[in-house]
Amino acid sequence: MSTTPVLALRGICKHFGAVQALIDVDLEIHAGEVVALVGDNGAGKSSLVKVITGVGPADEGVIEWQGRTVRILQPRDARELGIAAAYQDLALCENLDVIGNLFLGREVRRLGVLNEVAMEQRTRELLNTFSLHIPDLRVPVASLSSGQRQGIAICRCLLGEPELILLDEPTASLGVQQSVQVLDYIEQLRERGLGVMLISHNLGDVKAVADRAVVLRLGRNNGFFDVTTTSQEQIVSSITGATDNAVTRRATPEWEL
Amino acid sequence: MTPPEPPSAGPSSGATGSPGREAGQWRKDLVEVARRRLRGGELGSASVIVALAVIWAVFESLDTSFLSPRNLSNLSVDIVGTGLIAVGVVFVLLLGEIDLSVASVSALAAAVFAAGNVRYGIPEVPAVLLALAVGAAVGAIQGFIVAKVGVPSFVVTLAGLLGWNGLTLYVFGGQGSIILDDNGLVVTLTHYYFHDVAVAYGLAAFGTAAYFLLSYRNARRRRAVGALPTRGMHEIALRTLALAAVSFAAAWTLNQFLGLPLALLIFLGFLVCLDVLLRRTTYGRRIFALGGSVEPARRAGIAVVSVRVSVFMISSTMAAIGGLFLASRITSASETASSGNLLMQAIAAAVIGGTSLFGGRGRTWSALLGILVIQSIASGMALLGIPVAVQLMITGVVLLAAVIIDTLARRTMHAHGWA
Repeated sequence: MSTTPVLALRGICKHFGAVQALIDVDLEIHAGEVVALVGDNGAGKSSLVKVITGVGPADEGVIEWQGRTVRILQPRDARELGIAAAYQDLALCENLDVIGNLFLGREVRRLGVLNEVAMEQRTRELLNTFSLHIPDLRVPVASLSSGQRQGIAICRCLLGEPELILLDEPTASLGVQQSVQVLDYIEQLRERGLGVMLISHNLGDVKAVADRAVVLRLGRNNGFFDVTTTSQEQIVSSITGATDNAVTRRATPEWEL
Repeated sequence: MTPPEPPSAGPSSGATGSPGREAGQWRKDLVEVARRRLRGGELGSASVIVALAVIWAVFESLDTSFLSPRNLSNLSVDIVGTGLIAVGVVFVLLLGEIDLSVASVSALAAAVFAAGNVRYGIPEVPAVLLALAVGAAVGAIQGFIVAKVGVPSFVVTLAGLLGWNGLTLYVFGGQGSIILDDNGLVVTLTHYYFHDVAVAYGLAAFGTAAYFLLSYRNARRRRAVGALPTRGMHEIALRTLALAAVSFAAAWTLNQFLGLPLALLIFLGFLVCLDVLLRRTTYGRRIFALGGSVEPARRAGIAVVSVRVSVFMISSTMAAIGGLFLASRITSASETASSGNLLMQAIAAAVIGGTSLFGGRGRTWSALLGILVIQSIASGMALLGIPVAVQLMITGVVLLAAVIIDTLARRTMHAHGWA
């Protein structure tokens, strides 16, 4: 883990009116690593995701992409860097079909006209690699199951050949079986050498696939953990604030200092 | 030679015999077409075609001159002005917005053209361009206020309805109407017919052939790249046959009177081009996406504001074009051109034709279907000497029925989506 991180955030601040949503947040994600972003409701997880994806840009702070300082002011900026995100909800246009959703914003064209055939072919390949079975790609996604929709959302991330993928509560709306599948997807992403940021309430999921966990509490960093060597209780106490910053700092491995 | 799947077409049909299988396959294709179309939210379009057939049958039974070539030919020209406005309305409705200013804008464009050309002696082509530019500018202003400032389109365009109406009166300057040049370009638009019968038949043949070749080539391409599910050959054949029947019947009828009207040709041209724009381009895909749900579209990197503004510009520009055709039809531009009736007809046409009021669902062809229904009712009632009062009530009922179908279709889709 000596290389420069794919994405590094330093001193990120974000406020909504008088409310400080993020205060001085730091974060690093390396290639081929799954970083879990955990925290209680209102801890600032979603705000941080929005900062990274350009949906809600930061007020202050530095964002480094592969070692170089960049500005992410709108979703397009993030996408051009190679950042893709799958959101828990609000991810898909209900009235568009599977192909329309996958390629939304990056349609394949041929002589200025949509190349439906190429898009459909690519869609099939992508769905196959994730063994996601959707018989009819022409139905509006409104008629698909939550698991299928989540699968589509993840597939959509992969279309632009991103280097960093953000998954916001990917298992929250899923049953056990489907959750297992999504966790498999995440491991596949890591094996491909992508950086993955997993936002989750479910510490079981975090323990299962994440390499590191970053805890946010009340808009601040409240600890960095190596998931393999840390107990779930330690992470929980950090989330709830039972352990304060000083203690967790001591537990922080040297590569974060 | 046994079929790999159980015969679902019907237990009575001999599934083992070759002809029986063929028929079963044919029927399955038909069912599949119907299922896909209804599920795709085309319930509106399907029912409006039935409604149109019923309306025509009823009026024909009451007065045999209804389906006469003369009446149908006039009908085909009468629909053009309002139909063009309705096409613009389809675009706005796809976004889930509304444009109440279209009738005022159409009158304003006609007034600008008439005043420019007749009163100030600007040559026709620049005057037409000026009128269209006014339309586009109106759309840009309204679209900007809706998309950037965030005022509901209902209110912005309602203000537009009043404001542009006032501006129209100002342009007329107390002169109630301006008579257009009888031999001018704009008047020609709705008064020229291709008397040569070959033109109408040629267009019908060309349209059918083009449709077939494009569908066939598309199916071939799909098959060539792999086992992609393709529109069955049966379905293509069926659709081509239906299109051929309708277009040749229309061509024959029009040729019985004066031939193909130029106005109808232009209207069809607009419908085809805008249909391609909506369904086959990135831009069109974005309009649908925004109409479905704004936030996912925004997160997908779509420039929400510029798409919205451009759609309002399309709506207003189409209104301006429609206004010129309406003025052309009566060879004059008048203060009263933007009656509330025109606005309601344009919006009703889009909705009756199957474009959803809730956004994200609709096609340009719904403008054609809808305006055909409305004008057929108007024309039939006029033939029978039924007063306007009744005509309005019946159009109201048809509109209400269309909206109810739209709402039910939407509810069914939601029920399927989140059941």
